[in-house]
Amino acid sequence: FLWTRGLLEIIQTPGNQQRGVRVYDGEEKIKFDAGTLLLNERNHECRMAISLSQTAFIEEQEAGIRKSAKIAVHLHLAPCNKEPGPFQSSKNSYIRLSFKEHGQTEFYRWENMPGRVRTVGILGIERKLKGKRKKTEKNISEAFEDLSKLMIKAKKMVEQGDIIEDETIRFKSYLLRALTRETYGSGTQYHMQLVKQLAGILKAPLEEWGGIMSLTEVYSQEMELLSPDLVHACKMLEELKLPRRLSVFDSGVMIIELQYHKEEEMLASVLEMILEKGSLTSEEFAKLVGMSVLLAKEGVLLAEKMGHLCRDDSVEGLRFYPNLFITQS
Amino acid sequence: MAMSFEWPWQYRFPPFFTLQPNVDTRQKQLAAWCSLVLSFCRLHKQSSMTVMEAQESPLFNNVKLQRKLPVESIQVVLEELRKKGNLEWLDKSKSSFLIMWRRPEEWGKLIYQWVSRSGQNNSVFTLYELTSGEDTEDEEFHGLDEATLLRALQALQQEHKAEIITVSDGRGVKFF
Repeated sequence: FLWTRGLLEIIQTPGNQQRGVRVYDGEEKIKFDAGTLLLNERNHECRMAISLSQTAFIEEQEAGIRKSAKIAVHLHLAPCNKEPGPFQSSKNSYIRLSFKEHGQTEFYRWENMPGRVRTVGILGIERKLKGKRKKTEKNISEAFEDLSKLMIKAKKMVEQGDIIEDETIRFKSYLLRALTRETYGSGTQYHMQLVKQLAGILKAPLEEWGGIMSLTEVYSQEMELLSPDLVHACKMLEELKLPRRLSVFDSGVMIIELQYHKEEEMLASVLEMILEKGSLTSEEFAKLVGMSVLLAKEGVLLAEKMGHLCRDDSVEGLRFYPNLFITQS
Repeated sequence: MAMSFEWPWQYRFPPFFTLQPNVDTRQKQLAAWCSLVLSFCRLHKQSSMTVMEAQESPLFNNVKLQRKLPVESIQVVLEELRKKGNLEWLDKSKSSFLIMWRRPEEWGKLIYQWVSRSGQNNSVFTLYELTSGEDTEDEEFHGLDEATLLRALQALQQEHKAEIITVSDGRGVKFF
């Protein structure tokens, strides 16, 4: 890296700019946040720059929950005449760029543009990565087709009076909306939206059924509506880590299980600990059960929301107690 | 001030001094606060207070527990009392208030019952006679502060059961 003015900047071609980029040295975050990542062909007018000749190859890392998507930029060893920069050297041979505001796909695409001088020998790896992306896209478009088939069947069922219309109205309108979309828009993001909406629609009936609903119940009498269509959609639900999952039982019956069963476990744990200790902060709870503070905090707040806990907010910190206001009345 | 006042269990419970975000919990919490304020003021014969006094009073400031209800939350409690009819602001800037452990209508009812019982309808009384006269010594409203008494009589006036009049040295009331 070279210091110039404290921002990671790789400029010039417009459209190759991306805000909200964070820089990681290997696996560790370094001080920079929300830098603007600009791609630069030349090297002048730079702030903190990585010369493109330094980048050996780029690897895309997908986003997870709470983790932004990242691109690992594997660097060559610095040349001897390197000017001073924020890090003289690093034990890692790669840095990672975190894209908080997306855009990693575009950046990745740019990097993959033909005509750039690349180090021979890593082409095979790159090809593999490209192939993986293509496969994901294919899966998504298949599921999309399945969903449209579903809509047609649902429509038929309504006409035949097999399903009560208002139970399926939302599902139908959702699918209609899905079908009228011309393009994929921003690619995977659009599909994530699609499936999230499906999950949203399933939520109410799922909750009514106590969180477990067999596929036959979801689609009532018509056996043909079962696998593979809905199964595809459900598998997609799981891949996208939405709060429901598809479980397969020995009998072959597959059910959609609301993931809130995990929440119930969390709540039980929170209550148990607080009753034992009298009161807890989220940090104390995290330590006790060996969980991240962030997750612990969520669990505690959930318990408060559900009325199991109440809070004591003072200069001593934020502490949670069993909700005696309710239990002692 | 250290009278044998029985603090409720909530007073020793730290979360009592934090306004609860959960709506159902808050409802219970506020009900407990209202109850505490009224019984505290009744015992200490305190019919009016300023917000500043309230902040420092043991009522909202539990020194032993090292917790005090923040002033914004005190305001919420006071508003609850006002909605229930137990509190009236004495000035526009809401710096002092009248606190009535019984609502004016309830006092009015008690006074009118006594008047009827003792066959004194169509009689005229001075306010002083009502609260400090010999005849009312055994009555609950004996010793009632003037501000609250006036509001009680105004409530009766609304029901056409009384009329507030001016007498030689102040105000009085005629009962019907």
